[in-house]
Amino acid sequence: MNKDILKNDEKAVYALRSLFRQYGYLPFKMSKFEEYDLYVKNKDFLVSDKVITFSDTNGKLMALKPDVTLSIIKNGEDEPGCKQKVYYNENVYRVSGSTHQFKELMQAGVECIGDIDCYDTVEVISLAAKSLELISPDYVLEICHLGIIEALLDACTDDSRLKSEMTSLIAEKNVHDLKKLCADNGIAESASDDLCRLAGLYGDMNSVIERLIPLCTTDAAKAALDELCELKSHLTSAGLDKKIRFDFSVVNDMNYYNGTVFCGFVSGICESVLAGGRYDRLLTRMGRRAGAIGFAIYLDLLEELDRVSTENDVDVLILYDESDIAEAHACANALLAEGKSVSVQKAIPKKLRYGSMTDLRKGAK
Amino acid sequence: MLNVALPKGRLGEKVYEMFAKAGYECPAILENSRKLIFENPEKQVRYFWVKPSDVSIYVERGAADIGVAGKDILCEYEPEIYELLDLNIGKCRMAVAAKKGFYDDGQRTLRVATKFTSIAAKYYAEKCRDIDIIKLNGSIEIAPILGLSDVIVDIVETGTTLKENDLEVTETILPISARLISNRASFKFKTAQIEDVVEKLKAQVKYDD
Repeated sequence: MNKDILKNDEKAVYALRSLFRQYGYLPFKMSKFEEYDLYVKNKDFLVSDKVITFSDTNGKLMALKPDVTLSIIKNGEDEPGCKQKVYYNENVYRVSGSTHQFKELMQAGVECIGDIDCYDTVEVISLAAKSLELISPDYVLEICHLGIIEALLDACTDDSRLKSEMTSLIAEKNVHDLKKLCADNGIAESASDDLCRLAGLYGDMNSVIERLIPLCTTDAAKAALDELCELKSHLTSAGLDKKIRFDFSVVNDMNYYNGTVFCGFVSGICESVLAGGRYDRLLTRMGRRAGAIGFAIYLDLLEELDRVSTENDVDVLILYDESDIAEAHACANALLAEGKSVSVQKAIPKKLRYGSMTDLRKGAK
Repeated sequence: MLNVALPKGRLGEKVYEMFAKAGYECPAILENSRKLIFENPEKQVRYFWVKPSDVSIYVERGAADIGVAGKDILCEYEPEIYELLDLNIGKCRMAVAAKKGFYDDGQRTLRVATKFTSIAAKYYAEKCRDIDIIKLNGSIEIAPILGLSDVIVDIVETGTTLKENDLEVTETILPISARLISNRASFKFKTAQIEDVVEKLKAQVKYDD
């Protein structure tokens, strides 16, 4: 099959599916609807809390799925020592970022749920890196450890509202306002300095770890740092270190995520195309005793890559009239046999871009 | 090439001066012309003038890698960007103002006229105050005088306009200054150049104390 005919997102779906299969991830297929209840209970986990709802035939409130992960967790079972490894490729329905309108978005992803350890973290992060590589070789994958951020926030304050304000400033790399916020709330200078330094950390894994060491003084922070170091050594030996950076502005919702979180960018797309992380807390909240890590890729964003197409819609435009249908068929079949694409019309369509034109109409002969 | 969105107007000119002093000059920009885009290939930088309230949109969507926008715009639209530096210029504050002698007894819905609907809504929601937002696009000061609203939420620089219209500031919501912002993806792919701009601009910032 001629792969050029596929759009970027379709190509990616194709390639990703075989990548995920290779690593033993099995397909997960779900229906378009799910009970609304599932999403209300875990509203904060969703990218946006707006969901399209309707009543089904027996009056139950249903929703067009805004997310796939929650359904996967709901349908899995805990098995000691084992992991449920699935991938999906589904349309989800939610309000999209800048437009504030509902959109149908194509999303692909993997989830690894169960008895998770460092092996799985490395596997999922490697899969994320390889997925980005399939989309574009010019990519960056950024990793953050929420344990370190939490430890440094704990050193500053117990006030959860203040913490969430600080977290959003960290997400913006806004060190100047963070410093001010700390000063306004009377936070000790040493704790505030450490937090500000953390917010500014960005770069390749080695240089960030070096600068992290003096900031990680509590046991919790040290444990998280050890995890990052271990992750670094595995990712380096897998040869993925060049495109991976540590960035402490990657902060997903800490009510659900814990430990390693990450997001991915490819050159030419103005927002992150991949996001994921460890979400044990979500599983606990949904009553499962297991750990989980996974990520999603927003395939609709791939439209932004090579937006301008210079090619023709068809190679040959054939014009005919009804008196000689046989000739039109013969002409079209001959061109199709040569591997050309044709559009057979009675008049020239205004917007069609074509390479050459064959006019079989009476007047033209 | 680094694409920089500058806010059209007096603030933008000051900002460009800071960029030029930081070593990112583009002399063509000073020639009086109707052009909107200026490039200095030697310094790998391209400037363009846009409406101040649009800077964050250009940056968020990646048409500009970096830009300079007021904190008021950033608070109002909450774009997904990085805020890398406080330039400490274009300073003013977002404030609530009312007719002199106005007293809010908290008994009725407060009518608030403003351009910054989202900032106003958030501010009063935090205080659990029920309000009626009246979105206006200019000459906000006239609203309380004509009885259209009880108070206004607007930018106050010197307070002269307020004084001339017999209004006074009753509460300050937040201090405002110009901020250097960056597109999140651009920051990953043009890291070295953006960090260089930030470092050199930092040296240009004049702090108050």
